[in-house]
Amino acid sequence: MDLSSINAASLIASLMVASTPILLAALGEMVVEKAGVLNLGVEGMMIAGAVCGFVIAVETGSPLAGFAFAAFGGAVLSLLFGVLTQYLLSNQVATGLGLTLFGLGLSALLGQGYVGQKAPPIARLDIPVLSDLPFVGPVLFSHDVMLYLSLAMVAGVAWWLKNARGGLILRSVGENHDAAHALGYKVVRIRLMAIMFGGACAGLGGAYLSLVRVPTWVEGMTAGAGWIALAIVVFASWKAGRVLLGAYLFGGITVLQLNLQAAGAKLPVVVLDSSPFVITIVVLVVMSSARNRAALAAPASLGRPFHASG
Amino acid sequence: MVRLEQRPSPSAFWTYATPILAVLATMVAGGVLFALLGTNPVAVIRTIFWDPLFGEFAFYYRGQLLVKAGPLILIAIGLSMGFRAGIWNIGAEGQYIMGAICGAGAGLAFYPSESFLIFPVMIIAGALGGWAWSMIPAILKTRFGTNEILVSLMLVYVAENILASVSSGLLRNPEGQGFPGSRNLRNWDAAANTEIITGSGMHWGVVAAFIAVILAYITLSRHMLGFQIRLTGESPRAARFASVNPTALILICMGLSGALAGLAGLFEVAGPAGQISIDFNSGYGFTAIIVAFLGRLNPIGILLAGLLLALTYIGGEAAQSNLGLPSAAIQLFQGMLLFFLLAMDVFANFRLRFGRVGVS
Amino acid sequence: MKLTKLLATAAMTLGLATGAFADGHEKTKVGFVYVGPIGDGGWTFEHNEGRLAVEEAFGDKVETIYQENVPEGADAERVMTQMALGGADLIFTTSFGYMDPTINVAAKFPNVKFEHATGYKRADNVSTYSARFYEGRAVQGHIAGKMTKTNVIGYIASFPIPEVIRGINAAYIHAQKVNPDVEFKIIWAYTWFDPAKEADAAKALIEQGADVILQHTDSTAPQAAAEQAGGVVTFGQASDMAEYAPFPRVSSIIDNWAPYYVARTQAVMDGTWESVDTWDGIPTGMVKIGEITDAVPAEVKAEALGMVEAMRTGAYHPFTGPLKKQDGSDWLAEGEVADDGTLAGMAFYVEGLTGEIPQ
Repeated sequence: MDLSSINAASLIASLMVASTPILLAALGEMVVEKAGVLNLGVEGMMIAGAVCGFVIAVETGSPLAGFAFAAFGGAVLSLLFGVLTQYLLSNQVATGLGLTLFGLGLSALLGQGYVGQKAPPIARLDIPVLSDLPFVGPVLFSHDVMLYLSLAMVAGVAWWLKNARGGLILRSVGENHDAAHALGYKVVRIRLMAIMFGGACAGLGGAYLSLVRVPTWVEGMTAGAGWIALAIVVFASWKAGRVLLGAYLFGGITVLQLNLQAAGAKLPVVVLDSSPFVITIVVLVVMSSARNRAALAAPASLGRPFHASG
Repeated sequence: MVRLEQRPSPSAFWTYATPILAVLATMVAGGVLFALLGTNPVAVIRTIFWDPLFGEFAFYYRGQLLVKAGPLILIAIGLSMGFRAGIWNIGAEGQYIMGAICGAGAGLAFYPSESFLIFPVMIIAGALGGWAWSMIPAILKTRFGTNEILVSLMLVYVAENILASVSSGLLRNPEGQGFPGSRNLRNWDAAANTEIITGSGMHWGVVAAFIAVILAYITLSRHMLGFQIRLTGESPRAARFASVNPTALILICMGLSGALAGLAGLFEVAGPAGQISIDFNSGYGFTAIIVAFLGRLNPIGILLAGLLLALTYIGGEAAQSNLGLPSAAIQLFQGMLLFFLLAMDVFANFRLRFGRVGVS
Repeated sequence: MKLTKLLATAAMTLGLATGAFADGHEKTKVGFVYVGPIGDGGWTFEHNEGRLAVEEAFGDKVETIYQENVPEGADAERVMTQMALGGADLIFTTSFGYMDPTINVAAKFPNVKFEHATGYKRADNVSTYSARFYEGRAVQGHIAGKMTKTNVIGYIASFPIPEVIRGINAAYIHAQKVNPDVEFKIIWAYTWFDPAKEADAAKALIEQGADVILQHTDSTAPQAAAEQAGGVVTFGQASDMAEYAPFPRVSSIIDNWAPYYVARTQAVMDGTWESVDTWDGIPTGMVKIGEITDAVPAEVKAEALGMVEAMRTGAYHPFTGPLKKQDGSDWLAEGEVADDGTLAGMAFYVEGLTGEIPQ
């Protein structure tokens, strides 16, 4: 095996790109779950975002317009879930899974005329001196705007949940919706907004796949990324910073195992290919056994329907 | 203003009426969709819902309904026990795969023996395979408090990798000219999961599914375990006071769902599918989660939900090949059906009230 | 086999499966079973192009039906039965995993003709067909060996099956022939289709010095990754992928099923259909080499076209000795040509390739 052929800087740079779709989707889902709602439809919203973003980017020639519309598309689709679960009090798990089916079907129909087309390229940061620095250049100063935005969003969400009044209210709704209702907070409205935020983020994540990471549109192209995003939220024990850690860990191992294969590692491919999943489990086990269990707990009202009686 | 008022207990009338209403609503909404896609909506709806049951070739499709619904029901029954107790095994797909691999592997180890013991051994090995795979999240949860959603889900992907590996390695058919895939178990009488009545679709997996429905019904309504499961789901604190052992409950529920998923995998590989291959699994483990909730976690409900979903799959296939619909349209239609079914549930649990909220 | 009889008689009394076209009034009905969505842009897309060509060729005389996303196993069997019951005269099953289901269903419908792609089991009413994609791989290997500057060629493989291994060997032999220093880096993606993973695999190979990427997976993701990296050569797989021409995509292997599908449909119409084992390549046009762009130096292009022509006339076989296996043992003596049996089940690397075939 020739490990010297693996370049750390480009490895890190590509793991950042590889992780961003899951990061965005997981961040959105975390906010949704913080509000006490479990939306298993991430995969469906991601693929809807992927197709919406791609279609608009191709039609307008502007990737940023594509991203904007992907967020909108994801939010609209999530609203369907929101209305069903919040107003009609349908079961969240089943509705989320239904949303995935719905989104996969809808996106395939919408994207029929766009298979195999090329997406307009997105601009990358290129600062004369900084981007050319060894190591730091490719890792920090040569990405596209969405990647920086995703990192800013992690910081923003972390700060907002912890310090902002809105974040406090959101968390209280997720922990105990009856108490929050008694305090006069509009539980359903807050949850709807959280669901739409989650949908928008998932849409952005999907569009990052179809516009930056892959970039092209093909049916079913998310290939399970939405499920990984759901797992990352659990992995992160509902903390924004750890969503970043989880997404980058998972994306990092995925990229690393491909690099190891290319370098001729003497490990069975089945082991390498399974490594992102196994290592995520192992890291979670280590973290959950070492820490205070209460700090790892899911929001107390997660997945429970809320109905204000009277 | 419309508002909802919770019924003291679910309305018996609406419990039965809502699924029918939902199917009707889906037919209307789906009809619009199919018309927009340029097909004759009446023909599509008839192909999906009527033809498989009463059409020209119903003699074939009715059996296929059982073949398709069997594994869904079997897996969903297991899952529903855990879901009721708040134990989230969403990795049934992985347990299904491992059951199939272990069961088929146990049988193929004795190839080409014709002993009548082979099929029973395979059944046990299949159940054990699924059980063992579900014990990983169960033990990690009871021992380290690791979230079972993540672990069970991640293990699905690991199982898929193992599946790809054994189909091109360990279990590969030595007479298969280097192609991936195991020997075909259906061509080996001792291991074949044959139809009990020819042409009926009734194979041992379907029988197992029906037995599981009955046993689950009895357990939940009559047995102490059923009481503990329900109590834990409704109020974990109360369950602790009632001296329910949460560790044991997790191990039992996870193990049970894993074993049933493993059984489903074994019956599938030895019967309808015939062989272990790279793409042997086709999402039954995930679809079963939908079936479980669509059936309101109730054994009889699961039975009906499994049959209904199977109908949309089989009818949907016919609509695709006979009427040229893209498979995406059928997926969309199934999503709509789910939405309507779930949304209409509201009528069973709530009363619609018109007018302003009274003073309270 | 009661069911067999039941189905057959039912179908026959209804006059559906018995080739109602024989009286000259009915349309010939041709079914296609697809493993992926038509929108995959690769494998299934090209089979569907073949279906459209059949419609084009026969117009009103033919009716085609198809079904996408059919899982291998029980579902495939049901879909085929459904098509046969529905009166199909000829059914193309387009994935290796449909082999046993095809044989099972064919036994129940002796009057329906079946055509199974890439398998090896035949019956009186089941033919098999496949394409010698390795001929195209040989051309790619030649161009790749000439064009690489780093002498590192990246290869994104799907699953360790004979078809894929054959492709790797054919490409390597011809790259190595023109460039003895060439090295192949192989990533097994364990998927036919996962654009994100294919993109990551391509990036990993490029980062490790590969400046030519060959792919045996179906999406255009590796093309896009190469374009982004700049200066990396790629080849279209399954379909032409012309949107990435003239660079990075400098040529392609196109699965061209249309002539075969048209010919077989014609045979059913004429009543001359017989069970055959077809393994065609460049000579019959089942494998097409997509346009070699001007990004390839003129003399390399000429050599490549010369190779294509030599294969077309049968003057050249890509697996011609002397060739050794990876372990150094002899495989083919000087001038000896590999037999189809060995090629069909190929499970070894040729000498010079590093690494092991995973299991």
